[in-house]
Parts: sequence; structure tokens; C-alpha cells
Amino acid sequence: MDIRLSGVSHFYQQTEVLRDISLEIPSGRIVCIVGPSGCGKSTLLRLIGGLERPSAGEIHQLGTPPTDCLNPLTYIFQDFALLPWRTVRGNVSLVLEDHGIRGKAAAEIIDDVLARTKLSDFAEALPKQLSGGMKQRVAIARALAVNPAVMLMDEPLSALDSQTRELLMDDLIALWSRTPFTAVYVTHNLAEAVRLGHSIVVMSRRPGQIREIVHLDTPLQQRGLGNAEMDEKQKYLWQLMRDEARAADAELIDV
Amino acid sequence: MSELSNQNEMHQVPFRGGGFAPTARRGVGLAVFLLLIALTELGTQTGFITPLTLPKPSDVLKTFGELYSSGLLWQHLSVSLSRLLVGASLGASVGIAVGVMIGLFSYVRAGLLPLVAALFPIPKIALLPLFVIWFGIDEGSKYALIAFGTFTPTVVATYGAVDNVDRGLIRMGQSFNLSWWSIVRKIVLPGAMPGILSGLRISLAIAIILLVAAEMLGAEYGIGAYILEAGSLYDLERLFVGVAILSILGVTLSACIGMIERRLLRWRV
Ligand SMILES: Nc1ncnc2c1ncn2[C@@H]1O[C@H](COP(=O)(O)OP(=O)(O)O)[C@@H](O)[C@H]1O
Ligand SMILES: [Mg+2]
Repeated sequence: MDIRLSGVSHFYQQTEVLRDISLEIPSGRIVCIVGPSGCGKSTLLRLIGGLERPSAGEIHQLGTPPTDCLNPLTYIFQDFALLPWRTVRGNVSLVLEDHGIRGKAAAEIIDDVLARTKLSDFAEALPKQLSGGMKQRVAIARALAVNPAVMLMDEPLSALDSQTRELLMDDLIALWSRTPFTAVYVTHNLAEAVRLGHSIVVMSRRPGQIREIVHLDTPLQQRGLGNAEMDEKQKYLWQLMRDEARAADAELIDV
Repeated sequence: MSELSNQNEMHQVPFRGGGFAPTARRGVGLAVFLLLIALTELGTQTGFITPLTLPKPSDVLKTFGELYSSGLLWQHLSVSLSRLLVGASLGASVGIAVGVMIGLFSYVRAGLLPLVAALFPIPKIALLPLFVIWFGIDEGSKYALIAFGTFTPTVVATYGAVDNVDRGLIRMGQSFNLSWWSIVRKIVLPGAMPGILSGLRISLAIAIILLVAAEMLGAEYGIGAYILEAGSLYDLERLFVGVAILSILGVTLSACIGMIERRLLRWRV
């Protein structure tokens, strides 16, 4: 299932947040969105997932999601959004219950996704007992449980320390290599973008517009640390973003 | 810092942290109680405190024993407890339901919030005569007074608690296509539970106060009637027995809520 945005603009009251965004998200690819903070990345993601309606323009799904897909557009949030009163297992089960999946069928799915995210030993733990990295892995397990056609990730690693972030990026790459998923990955971290993105959308400061789309052809598995091409792309992206970031920063001071 | 400081002098770094984090100290509360009672006993025995000021704690205990062995204690207590149970559970359950609706629906909020704000400061005791006319002098008016008294604080606590539920969790529920009812049941209610329970603590204390007030009007049995009778006869021993029973009732209820909190809110950090 592909996603197509055509001429999407968005306003909050008088404030123009997004202007004329047209973008194609091809199936089985990871599209990263980078841009200075406040440029409307999270807003764009909420629009794509149908949590908000765009003021103008249209967002289409092309094709139907596979039949075993319970929730085609599935989010992974920066703050994990786990229910603190449910165990790891309970948090995953939450998103299955409404589809009438209980008992043995649910247990099978839960065990499978927990194994894929290396959480099998923590099924009965409460979120407060887990580290940040593990919490985000629970959120990833929960997302995998509904077999999403498209994953919408809003700075999923930004709340984590840099070592954990590296490990989780490896995990995401391993997950993608096993079964390629479609993802929109919002981040302000350029290193994450060049590690995970098949294409990187660079946005301007508010009102957010697409400045440039950078494509990366190196397969995800070969993008380890110290890859020269990655460094070069990252430098190039930083050049694109630096002036925007500085201007956005100055604007915030003016307000 | 300065170059001239004496390198040979050595101090331990002074400790400046600590405090501001009360921890459980078992038995201290009980000790304070016992100390106060012991002091009163000493004062009344020596005559420093006259019998008109305070009764002897030992006499109060004796009176309590008599009340217990005569079987009257249970008679008073059972009527009071059933009034409390019916009134408070009625008020609290309706209060929670209305509070959740105020928290969830814009129109209910717009319509009922001013009403609740208007009802909240009314001393419910003042309405007792009115309730007697509406619901009769028997149990009806007593249930109504207690229910009404617990209702308003429960509503206020509940809608505040619902307002404070993490919107991110609700958005997560929506993003996974959970039904409206699932979101309320599995996200909003558990998320509001800490606030609802601490509201319930206050509501139950108010319920006990109103119980006594209600029983002071046209009740034959009940702790309130017992206290009223003792007061009009200036029987200090029995008055204090009644007051002590109310205190114990309050402490017990509060302990019950504490237990429920520990069970239901184990997930809290
Ligand atoms: N619900 C909202 N109401 C009003 N303004 C909002 C709302 N959400 C975001 N904004 C504003 O829209 C702009 C873009 O926000 P956001 O999408 O969160 O940016 P980003 O994720 O790129 O940092 C910001 O200026 C923010 O203040
Ligand atoms: Mg954001």
C-alpha cells in the first residue's frame, strides 16, 4: 500500500504550519522527514495517519492493505505511549482485544512480536520497571502486532540516550531486513535519517515546505558507522538545514 | 578555590541533601494517640482536669464495654453503617458517572459544570429539613443527605481526574482504532483512578459527618442518635464513646481506601 499526499496545507487558527506538501510514500520503503523543530513534522504525521484533517489538499492510500493487516496506519510515538497500568503483554494485547483476538490466538501473536523485539523475558513486567529503550521496543512490538501496512514514527528514538539509539537502529534495520515494512520516520537527527531512510525529505522552517528530497541507494544493512557515503550525505543534509535551523531559532526568540 | 588555601587541611564534604521526602514510620501515630490518652488519664486521675472538662479515658472505655455487652453497640452501628453504605455508594457511583461525563462531553460539561459549582458550597446539612419533606423522616431523607453530600466532591474530583488523563495515551488508543467505549474503559477510567480514589477519601469523610447530622433528626438508633442523647444529658462518657466510634469508623474507611489504592495503583511510580 502506497500513500500519496497532494497539495497538503495546514493551518492552526491563523498560523500556517504546512504549505503545499506533495509526497509519495512507496510501499516497502522508509521515508525520513527531517526539518527544524516547529516546522510541522509531527503535524504532517498526524495528517498522514488520519488523526487530524488537513486544511487543504488530499491524502490517499493507493491499493488496499493486506487482509491480515489489523491497523493499516500505525504510530510509534516519541514518548512511547504505553499504558502504565498494563504489563508488557497487556499493552500489546490492548490493540488486539478490539479485533476480537483473545486467548490462544492473541497469545501466539504476542509471543511472536515479543520474541522479534527481544522482550520475551519481560512479558509480565510493568512499564515503570523498563528502561527507555525497552519501553520503545514494547511500543514497536505493539505496532508489529497489528501487522501495519505503514508505520508512522514520530522521533521514536529522540527520548533515548545515544547508545540505546544505536542499538535500536540496528534492531529496526534487522526488522526491516526480515520483512520490509513501509515507514514514515520523522526525526531531527540527521545520523538517524541517513542510517534508516531510503529517501530523506528535507523540510523548510514554518510554514513547512519540501525543500529537497535526497535519495540514498546503499542498502540499509551496509550503512554501518564510518561509511563514507553516509557521512557525505549527512554533511550535505546539514548544509541544507543549517540556515533553516538558524532562522527558525531566531524566529522563536522574536516571538 | 584560592591559591592560598591550605592544602593540608581536610574536611569531609558536608551533607546537604535529605529531608522533604516523608517515609512511612510504623507505630508513631499510635504512640501519639496513646500518649495523649495517657496524659488525659493522668490529668483526670490527679484532679488537674475536672470531670466537667473531660471524662476519664478509663471510664469511657468502661462505658464502651457496657455498650458492647448490652448488644446496643451493634444495634447502633449496624443502622449507621447501612445508612452510610447506601447513601455513600449511591452518591459516589452517580458522582463518578456524572464526573466522567463532564470530563468527556462538551455539552454535559457546559451544562452541568456551573450547576455543580453552585451546589458544591451549599452546606448540605442546611438542606436536611427539605429532604425530610421530600423523602420522609425515615431512611429516605438520611440516604438522600449522605448521597448528596458525597456526590458533589466526587464529581469535582472525577472530572478533574479525567481532565488529567494523558491525552497522548488517548491519541494512541485512537491511532490503533480502539472503539470509543474501549478507550473510556481501558484508558480513561484507569488513568483517572488515582484522582477518583483520592476524591473518594474526602467524600467518605464528608459522608460520616452527614451521617451523624442526619441521625440527629428523627432517628431512634444510630451513632448520631446515641451522641445526641448523650449530649443532651451531658453524659460525657457516652459522648466520647460515640465520638471515638466515629473516629474509628473514619480511620477504618480511610485504611480500606488505602488498601484499594495499593491494589489498584501498583503500577504507579
Ligand atoms: N494542536 C495545535 N494547535 C495549535 N498549534 C499547534 C498545534 N500543534 C502544533 N502546533 C504548532 O504547529 C507548529 C508545528 O508543530 P509540530 O508539527 O509539532 O512541529 P515539529 O514536530 O516539526 O517540531 C508549531 O509551531 C506548533 O506550535
Ligand atoms: Mg514533533
